[in-house]
Amino acid sequence: MTMAFEPWNVARGAEIITEHAKLDGATLVILHALQEAFGYVPEPAIPMVATALNLSRAEVHGVFTFYHDFRKAPAGRHVLKLCRAEACQAAGGDALAARAEAKLGITIGNTTADERVTLEPIYCLGLCATAPSAMLDGRVVGRLDEARIDALVAEAKR
Amino acid sequence: MTMRIYIPRDAGAVAVGADDVAAALEQAAAAGGTTIEIVRTGSRGLYWLEPMVEVATARGRVAFGPLNTANAPAVLDAMIADAPHPLRLGIADEIPWLKRQTRLTFARCGVVDPRSVEDYRAHSGYQGLQRALQLSSDEILADVTASGLRGRGGAGFPTGIKWKTVAQASADQKYIVCNADEGDSGTFADRMIMEGDPFVVIEGMTIAGVAVGATKGYIYIRSEYPHAVIAMNAAIAAAKRAGYLGTRIGDSAHSFDLEVRVGAGAYVCGEETSLLESLEGRRGIVRAKPPLPAHTGLFGRPTVINNVLSFAAIPFILSGGAKAYADFGMGRSRGTMPIQLAGNIRYGGLFETAFGVTLGELVDDIGGGTFTGRPVRAVQVGGPLGAYFPRALFDTPFDYEAFAARDGLIGHGGVVVFDDSVDMARQARFAMEFCAVESCGKCTPCRIGSTRGVETIERIIRGERVAENLAVVEDLCNTMKFGSLCALGGFTPYPVLSAFRHFRDDFGPAPARLQAAE
Repeated sequence: MTMAFEPWNVARGAEIITEHAKLDGATLVILHALQEAFGYVPEPAIPMVATALNLSRAEVHGVFTFYHDFRKAPAGRHVLKLCRAEACQAAGGDALAARAEAKLGITIGNTTADERVTLEPIYCLGLCATAPSAMLDGRVVGRLDEARIDALVAEAKR
Repeated sequence: MTMRIYIPRDAGAVAVGADDVAAALEQAAAAGGTTIEIVRTGSRGLYWLEPMVEVATARGRVAFGPLNTANAPAVLDAMIADAPHPLRLGIADEIPWLKRQTRLTFARCGVVDPRSVEDYRAHSGYQGLQRALQLSSDEILADVTASGLRGRGGAGFPTGIKWKTVAQASADQKYIVCNADEGDSGTFADRMIMEGDPFVVIEGMTIAGVAVGATKGYIYIRSEYPHAVIAMNAAIAAAKRAGYLGTRIGDSAHSFDLEVRVGAGAYVCGEETSLLESLEGRRGIVRAKPPLPAHTGLFGRPTVINNVLSFAAIPFILSGGAKAYADFGMGRSRGTMPIQLAGNIRYGGLFETAFGVTLGELVDDIGGGTFTGRPVRAVQVGGPLGAYFPRALFDTPFDYEAFAARDGLIGHGGVVVFDDSVDMARQARFAMEFCAVESCGKCTPCRIGSTRGVETIERIIRGERVAENLAVVEDLCNTMKFGSLCALGGFTPYPVLSAFRHFRDDFGPAPARLQAAE
């Protein structure tokens, strides 16, 4: 499954912002909605959010940069998140993460040159009794071993 | 006759193929001309058996597991014929690992359809609220206090006192906030209950609203839990339709509404004041206390903020179970704790039991030791901010005070098991690294101490002036412990210092490392 995103468009961005602007404490809700539509939070959207919520541009930028989830550029076509927290470490996750890095030719936190796969760390998917675990484009996978991580990488590269 | 089959929709079960198994069973049934009805439930929490599937019979639900797409057709045949099968586990409720638990909070998880209010009610759901609606605020608070319930998020603050503080505050608006930012590695109880029995969380929050006079609640769920977000939103919609949320709930004079908000990948937002900042749409920067959230919480209003498991314990307590709840446990830790066994463990999962069970019982007896079959070397209890325990401390009973007395904490009840291949110097470095990445940056001990901690532990790992650098890290840990604003900087010393204290051989030049600690 490839994530399908719309190209950035000011009118569409404004529509999304207006849809949520009335909520109390709407900043995160709006940033999530923008990222869901466009795959990232386009920079021109930041001052638009600020105006809609009567905040300074710096405040919105501050929120945007504080949280790990929000992207300033589109990710690869597929996003493979590997759980790097203690329960997955205990179950051999470090070796599998190194294997995925080697197979993709990138280190965690980067996107392949062909922009097909983004490899990211995640700190706990809450699948700690079926560790090590991963998430490929929103699909969770547990009990990873070499064969399963290889299959996930192959699927992401397709 | 239609055969009813229960398959978990829990993320942990889905991660090991529950959706594929459901499709395979449906296909096999269609091919064989059998009519089946599949009910997607939560997980019972026996994760080594997931996907675990149950079939309704006259004698009760018979469980099979672990299934996969290859063995599903044969299991279906065994279900139809009520015949023996290698994966047949017998009556689900009689499985010893489940039977020896005391499931008060998790009584319905894995049993009911988490989308159905009717099913929830059929399993004693909403009895607590029904009773609460006939009580005065003081009477509800008396029940919560009598139960001895303490905050299940980790701090262990008495829930009754917190609620009373908010009830006594006067304001035009009060809030109920559920902390579902379960970021600790090795914990998944919040996720399981939100996915498997979301109405119990809703009911607990509604009772809190009635007790303190709050009409609006928020559930702040971390973005790493998309399945829980879907489950909670579906349950909130169903509760609204059934008149359990909104105006005049359950035909009473009370109103209460709920909204789910999704986090954005910041661990520190599990800290209550940081969570409130995030809910208000700001950076998750920790607030100084006082003022307490009970006085000045969300949007500056009096706010009850509790963990998912605290709210989920409330319906049982309010349905007349306050004394029964308090009768479980030891010392000042009353009731039951949903303990999560995780990491390198043979029988990993959710084990709800009265406080007092020892760490050794949990790891060796209930957990069955490591999955790899190698000896258990270290156990981290309470998430990334919890101490590492060696085998020598396995007699520690699961109890807030007993763990504190041994320089540890039970936190949110996560137990992560490591075998003898673990390098404790690396684990100590990771604890500091994690703190450095996740620090909100407000206070200096946490923001700078964690980075200096990583550098110094790296020097120790390289064998540079080991004794002096160990002293530096100990000193740094003391500064973080006593000088940090919140538990992130304040508790990061627990894993670091416990690794030093109990696994000293791992800190030093390479040859000395990787030997057994004791």
